[in-house]
Amino acid sequence: MTTDITKENPEAAAVPPPGAAPAENGPKKVPQGHKRLLTRRDRITLGFMAGVPTILHIALVWVTALASIALAFTTWDGIGFDSIKWVGLQNFKELFTNNPQFWPAVEHNVIWFVVLIVIPTPLGLFLAVQLDKKIRFSRVYQTAFFLPVVLSMAVIGFVWQLIYNPDTGLINSIIGANEPGKYIDWIGDPDLNLWAILVAASWRHTGYMMILYLAGLKGVDPSLREASALDGANEWQTFKNVIFPTLRPTNTVVLVVTIIEALRCFDLVFVFNKGAEGTELLSILVTNNIIGESSRIGYGSAIAVVLLLISLVVIIPYLVATFRKERRA
Amino acid sequence: MPHLSPSGLSLPSPSRRSLLRGIGGAAVLGAGIPLLSACGGSGSASDPKTVTLGSKASDPVPKKAFADIYAAYKKKTGITVDVNTKDSNTFQEQINSYLQGTPDDVFTWFAGYRMQFFAAKGLATPIDDVWKTIAGNFPEAMQKLAKGEDGKYYFVPLYTYPWAIFYRKSVFKEKGYEVPTKWDDFVALCKQMKKDGLVPIAFGDKDAWPALGTFDQINFRQNGYDFHVELMAGKASWTDAKVRKAFDLWAEILPYHQEGAVGRTWQDAAQTLASKKAGMYLLGTFVAQQFTNKADLDDLDFFAFPEIDPAYGQDTVEAPTDGFMMSKSPKNKAEAVKLLEYLGTPDAEDIYLKSDPSVVHASTKADTSSYTPIQKKAYDMIAGAKSLTQFMDRDSRPDFTSTVMQPALQKFIRDPKGVDSLLSSIERQKKTIFASG
Repeated sequence: MTTDITKENPEAAAVPPPGAAPAENGPKKVPQGHKRLLTRRDRITLGFMAGVPTILHIALVWVTALASIALAFTTWDGIGFDSIKWVGLQNFKELFTNNPQFWPAVEHNVIWFVVLIVIPTPLGLFLAVQLDKKIRFSRVYQTAFFLPVVLSMAVIGFVWQLIYNPDTGLINSIIGANEPGKYIDWIGDPDLNLWAILVAASWRHTGYMMILYLAGLKGVDPSLREASALDGANEWQTFKNVIFPTLRPTNTVVLVVTIIEALRCFDLVFVFNKGAEGTELLSILVTNNIIGESSRIGYGSAIAVVLLLISLVVIIPYLVATFRKERRA
Repeated sequence: MPHLSPSGLSLPSPSRRSLLRGIGGAAVLGAGIPLLSACGGSGSASDPKTVTLGSKASDPVPKKAFADIYAAYKKKTGITVDVNTKDSNTFQEQINSYLQGTPDDVFTWFAGYRMQFFAAKGLATPIDDVWKTIAGNFPEAMQKLAKGEDGKYYFVPLYTYPWAIFYRKSVFKEKGYEVPTKWDDFVALCKQMKKDGLVPIAFGDKDAWPALGTFDQINFRQNGYDFHVELMAGKASWTDAKVRKAFDLWAEILPYHQEGAVGRTWQDAAQTLASKKAGMYLLGTFVAQQFTNKADLDDLDFFAFPEIDPAYGQDTVEAPTDGFMMSKSPKNKAEAVKLLEYLGTPDAEDIYLKSDPSVVHASTKADTSSYTPIQKKAYDMIAGAKSLTQFMDRDSRPDFTSTVMQPALQKFIRDPKGVDSLLSSIERQKKTIFASG
């Protein structure tokens, strides 16, 4: 939950930089006029518009986040508040030393991030550059590449699971690996399944990256291209020395988005194989421990807190950098 | 609400973002209001002619079968059973909060530890008065299953089904196989099948629970019912040599299991039996659901898991049982008791089985004349059992089985050599979970 919401914020905050400067100057002058124009009703309306989201935000984000941090130091089966027992750091000790799934999960989250940065991100950038050239049917290609992003992760997981099914799936049927003795178990084999899922995740992430970069490229001043063309730079030089540096704000967004994707990845894997050996992820461990009949809410919260800490380590430097930039501007 | 957005729009040149935010906020509000109102409004005054019932029977066949029972009950007594059906997985996952909130008077649930857990937490009402009427309908083993740890009754069983090894009669006949009753015969049969180009034992453990069933069978055959129960209750140790022995036996037949099991669903594994590519399959009778062709279904048969230790023979049967419980403070207790008394009769079971023939009566007094041969055999197997188990995830703590045992057994299937470190890891995690009360 928390990761979902933090996901929205940096994006909302991060997207504007390319065109932000003029937009920010505009409203800044207008407000003085505004104040006089605001009637009582407007003020009540505004109060509502600011107040209700604030209350919802505090109740749904802060209170729940703090509560789950507190619960991480307890054991609780979710039945009646009097069964909450304080256990100090025991959940964490148990997690770090005894849980055979925890360290693999951390590792897989990291692999997830690295793969998303190394494969779909450059690929998305490449596609965006090609589509930015005003080729014919550009819209059609854009739609095609962006389609996976529109699909829900659960649907993607389901579709790819059909492709990878060891007995009846597309791949094994084509290469004849669905016979006894020749099995390739894409879903169950811990040496394969993470990579199999990452193909699906990359398939989707490429489209996402493409749209982000395409938006960035549209914001690049055409006169820069002209200038570098006049200076005799070829296409690659123009891209490397002129276009790519101007995409810096987009790169930051891409980085943050990708980190968040890597930390929140859940639905795809859950549909694919429920996080069996080889595909354990922190988010799945949280779910497996908290959801269910006699839930281990304290223990699950401890995993969630670890996830939160990792997110903070990543997000705080980014926020610091953004705020510093804003203050300078 | 309605005046919010217009005034939001009328602000001079709102930036696109603030507008979007406004719309987003409105959407959140719109979504929030029905949620909030849903929290408070449902406590309608109880109608003396209505009993509410929470049901997890969301699949079409069981849903209709249950509905038929309630319709018959209404006809008989004039009491309406107001059914609130939820998706079965959701029902199971939300059972904690459901029972703590404002649950229905009666709800569908499982026998075994999963029932005793909620009984011990005070989330169910003891129904000894119901059992005064219905006790005669059930065999001793069922009565034991219906009791909580405090010795009071909490559960009314409706139907049950056994786990066993399924096979195709035609395949056994054609190849001249004999049904094995001893472990060594079983292993020899597996070898022979492999030689004949069959997959000896179909297996799919993608959902992670089927392997629990294999362990159950080997463990209570090798170590007996009492040890199995102690192990499930967290009392016996997983590092005990007895458990190790069970895993060794499992490792002995593991090479004869279908490859790539962790990536295969039980439905797909059942298809290999249906298409005669596999010789045997250990599962519950619900495997029959995958035999859509009538001729194939008639060809399906099963035998009890072979004897390992002669001291225990084949005396234990794994027979998960489903039925009903009463929530902690039912609004209409008098009628809920009467409903449960009715649900504990062979009549109610007959109505259910008419629509869902993949299970058998929990009662010994029921009419078995319309049974298919498989049902008949299943019924006899359960009736002749000395002890009944429920299934690992019903006999032990669900948090232990789902977060520890399921991944551990998947790991064992893939790498049976690592069993020692696996068992000590299970034991360490078990201690923490069972200590947490």
